[in-house]
Amino acid sequence: MEKVIIFEDVYKYYSFYHHIYGGIKSFLFNLPKAINQMKNNKFWVLKGVSFEVYKGETLGIIGRNGTGKSTTLGLIAGVIRPSKGRIIVKGKISPLLELGSGFHPDLTGRENIILNGILLGMTRKEIMKKIDQIIEFSELGEFIEHPIRTYSTGMLARLGFSIAIHVEPEILLIDEILAVGDVQFQKKCIDRMLSFKKRGISIVFVSHDMGAVNMICDRVIWLDSGSIKMEGKPSSVTKAYQG
Amino acid sequence: MLALTQKEIKARYKSSFLGYLWSIANPLSLALVFFLAFKVFMKIPIENYALFLIAGLFPWQWFANSVLGSAGVYLGNASLIKKINFPREFPILALIFHDAFHFIASFPVILLFLFIYEKHPSLEWLYGIPLLFIVHIGLTFSIALVVGSINIFFRDLERLISIFITFLFYFTPVIYSEEMIPTQYRAFIYINPIAPLIISWRNLFLEGCFDFTKWFITLIYSILMLSVAYFIFNKLKWKFAEVI
Repeated sequence: MEKVIIFEDVYKYYSFYHHIYGGIKSFLFNLPKAINQMKNNKFWVLKGVSFEVYKGETLGIIGRNGTGKSTTLGLIAGVIRPSKGRIIVKGKISPLLELGSGFHPDLTGRENIILNGILLGMTRKEIMKKIDQIIEFSELGEFIEHPIRTYSTGMLARLGFSIAIHVEPEILLIDEILAVGDVQFQKKCIDRMLSFKKRGISIVFVSHDMGAVNMICDRVIWLDSGSIKMEGKPSSVTKAYQG
Repeated sequence: MLALTQKEIKARYKSSFLGYLWSIANPLSLALVFFLAFKVFMKIPIENYALFLIAGLFPWQWFANSVLGSAGVYLGNASLIKKINFPREFPILALIFHDAFHFIASFPVILLFLFIYEKHPSLEWLYGIPLLFIVHIGLTFSIALVVGSINIFFRDLERLISIFITFLFYFTPVIYSEEMIPTQYRAFIYINPIAPLIISWRNLFLEGCFDFTKWFITLIYSILMLSVAYFIFNKLKWKFAEVI
């Protein structure tokens, strides 16, 4: 089986930037302290995580808040870099789907679809071919012509999900997106993910919804304080996690 | 091409007709104020002063707007940066092309003033404008890239930049001519990379002459500054999604 995502002993830390957040003034006035802090005050989110995702596989990642689930997705998406270790990702990635919008607040839904598409490397023509399907799937109706800032969380999730599945990704990254949709939309998304699986698309699915994890995942990783506590069949891992 | 398309989108929602009017009105009103202050009140010895001002102010505004705007560009696109791994230069490029669009849109005004002062465009414009565009974009892009990247980390940089831009404005021969600077200081304005650029634009518009030496100085500046800018940018760009 072909591996599409490989994590080799990946470490990731975030520095605390208190003095930097205070701006240049605060940084200069506290220069020695600030530099010291940047060097030493590190928060290790991932401590030596290794796993693979095979082509067509759906990997679930579960764990408590702040254990590095979203960081892992960010690393796969390539928006952040590991501090140590190696990550190999093969294939086109969907926009990272998570709560909160991946959109420009002042543009309309339609314009955001185009913008997202372009940033993902699609041509204008390709986007125009897809745009009606995306709008239809999102069920946003006339809201598609309104600026994103007027959208509710659920509507944002709908738009985000519709874009992600229509850009023909080879890897789909999903972070808790289903939690805010209504039941019907959730069902529609799960159906779509199952049909993606059939087409051989790999999915990394982060969720607190054990029912959904059990339903769509082939394998589950349980992250605890930055390392893998358990890995295996969905049923056994979710059971241990909930236990 | 990607960046251009993005620009198109950005331009569409930003530059309505009022947006166009505004982009012209700002340098024009500045020109009016300077005209009153320096020509009418202080009797500055420059002929065709209104035209002189406009020919320098429009390119200056392109530079200044892009640099000022760059501070907020990444913060404004924060959610996209966190979710999609696209070349991080794009938002800055889109901004510069957007302002370039406004600059081009101001050409009719420059032509109008040329006509008023009984001057006319020259053939030198044909190669002069594209050549100056290249170095103008190079210079603006390198400064904007650094400002945009650093502003993610130090969010009060924005305010410092506007002070810096004001300084730069008065040290660039926009409201006065190069010849008015005392000879012993004249060479010093070439420390300012924007000075030869703005002088070249104005000479091209006003006299229809293209000075290759000044262009070449600006080219060297933009290459140097681009390499420094990319050095900083490449170090910082991986932190964008973490800090933003």
